[in-house]
Amino acid sequence: MTVTPPAPAPEKDEVYERRARIYERAGGALIPLAATVLAFLIGGLVVLITGHNPVAAYKAIFEGAGFNWILPWVQGDERTEAARDLQQTLRVATPLMLTALAVAFAFRCGLFNIGGQGQYWLGFIAALWVGTHIQGLSRPLHVILGIAAGIAGGALWGGIAGLLRATVGAHEVITTIMLNWIAIFGGQYLYEGGGPLQGAVAALPRSDVLDGSARLWIIWPAYLHAGFLVAIAALLVYYVILNRTTLGYEVRAVGFSPEAARYSGIGVRRSYFLALAISGSFAGLAGAVDVLGFKYAVDTSDFATNFVGFTGIAVALLGRNKAVGIFFASILFAALSTGTSSRQLDPEIFEPALAADLSTMIQALVIFFVGAEFLIVSVWGARRYLRVRPASREKPAL
Amino acid sequence: MEAALSRAQELSGPRALAVAGIAVGALTLWLALPPWTIRSIAMPFALGIIAAAFGIGALARGDRAAGVWALVAAFLGATGALWAQGVQAETLDDIFTAGLIASTLRFATPLAFAAMGGIFSERSGVVNIGLEGMMLVGAFFAVWGSIWSGSWIVGLMMAMLFGGLLALVHGIFSIHLQADQIVSGFAVNLLALGLTGYLFSSIYPGGIPTADVSRVPKLELPFLEDVPAVGDFLFGVLGDLSLLVWLMFAVVILSYFVLFKTPIGLRIRSVGEHPRAADTVGISVYGVRYAAVVVSGILAALGGAFLSIGFTGTFSENMTSGRGFIALAAVIFGKWRPGWAFVATLLFGFGFALAIPLQREADVSENLISTVPYILTLIAVAGVIGRSIPPAAIGRPYIKQ
Repeated sequence: MTVTPPAPAPEKDEVYERRARIYERAGGALIPLAATVLAFLIGGLVVLITGHNPVAAYKAIFEGAGFNWILPWVQGDERTEAARDLQQTLRVATPLMLTALAVAFAFRCGLFNIGGQGQYWLGFIAALWVGTHIQGLSRPLHVILGIAAGIAGGALWGGIAGLLRATVGAHEVITTIMLNWIAIFGGQYLYEGGGPLQGAVAALPRSDVLDGSARLWIIWPAYLHAGFLVAIAALLVYYVILNRTTLGYEVRAVGFSPEAARYSGIGVRRSYFLALAISGSFAGLAGAVDVLGFKYAVDTSDFATNFVGFTGIAVALLGRNKAVGIFFASILFAALSTGTSSRQLDPEIFEPALAADLSTMIQALVIFFVGAEFLIVSVWGARRYLRVRPASREKPAL
Repeated sequence: MEAALSRAQELSGPRALAVAGIAVGALTLWLALPPWTIRSIAMPFALGIIAAAFGIGALARGDRAAGVWALVAAFLGATGALWAQGVQAETLDDIFTAGLIASTLRFATPLAFAAMGGIFSERSGVVNIGLEGMMLVGAFFAVWGSIWSGSWIVGLMMAMLFGGLLALVHGIFSIHLQADQIVSGFAVNLLALGLTGYLFSSIYPGGIPTADVSRVPKLELPFLEDVPAVGDFLFGVLGDLSLLVWLMFAVVILSYFVLFKTPIGLRIRSVGEHPRAADTVGISVYGVRYAAVVVSGILAALGGAFLSIGFTGTFSENMTSGRGFIALAAVIFGKWRPGWAFVATLLFGFGFALAIPLQREADVSENLISTVPYILTLIAVAGVIGRSIPPAAIGRPYIKQ
């Protein structure tokens, strides 16, 4: 009788490696999901501590975002209202996808573009100018021209930061933040107090309303405009540029290791410049579709209250800089935003003023947990995965 | 003899030329302002060209950075002087007063607190773009503590406590959990924005009861008026400043002293330059970094507290509006040195202080003037001031072996 020796217990390292492989195969979706769940739990805790019912609050936000539209048993008036809410959620998600791409593209090159907000405004202002100051064009031409102007405006603002980084090595975090403020104050200057682009009514700090011929088509009445399709197309473009072109290869190589990229003959400085300019054009496109799609004009108070560019950072981080991830993350954050707006949320259940801040907090927590990959991965037991990753970023002064 | 020769060489060297250019540029503007108020178109052009010539001289002799600064000074001095000549002399008198300097100090105070905090954190190797959020938390809890207890001292304590706690969160994520420090700092800002907004709306639904806010008192120094000749001016600048402004002066001096003249400072700096070496000689890298980050949160929160209970006496959502980032720029501008960073905050403070009277008296768009500090920062980080070299290990988590 032969005794088969028991299979040796797997080495600890092997266990770790197996888990790391599973983790990688999950496409990195694990961490964003875990982070989101954790963030909502902690957010719920805050709601509970301050004396509200978190389940009711989250349910109200869910319905305020129009997500109940997909539930088949929601019918009649309720369904019409849900459809309207969902359209608004998708409309809010549109610029978020684009500003998130602006962050993600730079991230893949090892750069942190906080300037999405400023680039968004440059695109917005440029497209608005085309819409108000150029007349007599056919609608498709006018729209395309407006979008092109928006892209150019954003690319300019991103390009300045890129140029400074490429030539003198100025850290993009500082330069893009400064460019944000210059865009915000500059924008206010343009449209108020007799500024050069102020609208016809001298008493109002407002621009003119753009021509009908420059407006994007409505694809799902009454709210959702064609900008949503533009954003989806941009996600595809992002994927193709990064994964199917030489430029994208170089950008990723630089992001992975600038030193190695330099030794293999890639122009690191050129990549920095192009990455930020292209990033800027995504954010500029966001501004263009917002103004051509539904805003049609700008009020100077908007400059202080619009945080699309900053939310885009959270979206990109949660979406792990992948096109698909950004799509879902933008819809989540858009839902948090519309679901907590005063029009959608019943103040009896949860005050909208609180809810808006709650959603900001949830965003912050999501970023913390996504950023602290280490925390979640070590819970998962795949710490070695982190050890084997090379240190990829070489940073100048901050 | 030789010494005199080398001295002469030094005086005609590029750096000296550039300094002369900057001085002439500044003089150009100054002559157009009270008490001189020279009115002549030739003056700014002539002096501006002289200043620019000095700058080009410096450039030609190889001191690129200083030369460019001289050119900037020449341009700003000449345009500023030309602009000032277009404005009536009395208006200028109303703008350039002792009050303007006092106001500069007031605007610089929150920036300086936060910048000192930033220096501690970054010198230890932890990037802190969360300064903004820490200031905001400080501003809110200062008001909360001061209303709750009726005492501004408790308000300051609360600000420091919660600023420190928020910094601790940043520390845990960026030191122990090895998160990207910029991402963690960004999250700190967002968390502070949401948290203070949430607490503000739920605790004070009707707005802050400003009458109940105990404000930091002002330190009146009436004896300054008795100083001969410059008494009025001295009193106007220093005679009626908040206690926190004086505390800020103390913090700046103390920061310099601690960082560069004590063993503690040496440890902080060594951890930021070469953590492995510091670890080898028995310095606790994590310990020093945690301490430095928490100190940065406490200082930033004091800056925020100045905004709320020191200056406005109230709190509003997102009231720091980017000041934390400007403080960060001041840190870089000042090359991670307390003294120079303080000078940078004065510059930014002056930019803010000038916006108010310029708009009131001379009808210059407030928005346009508001962009000036940011443009200056852009120029500064673009390396015109000469390259800022950060602590070597900044931004990199330390992994123990």
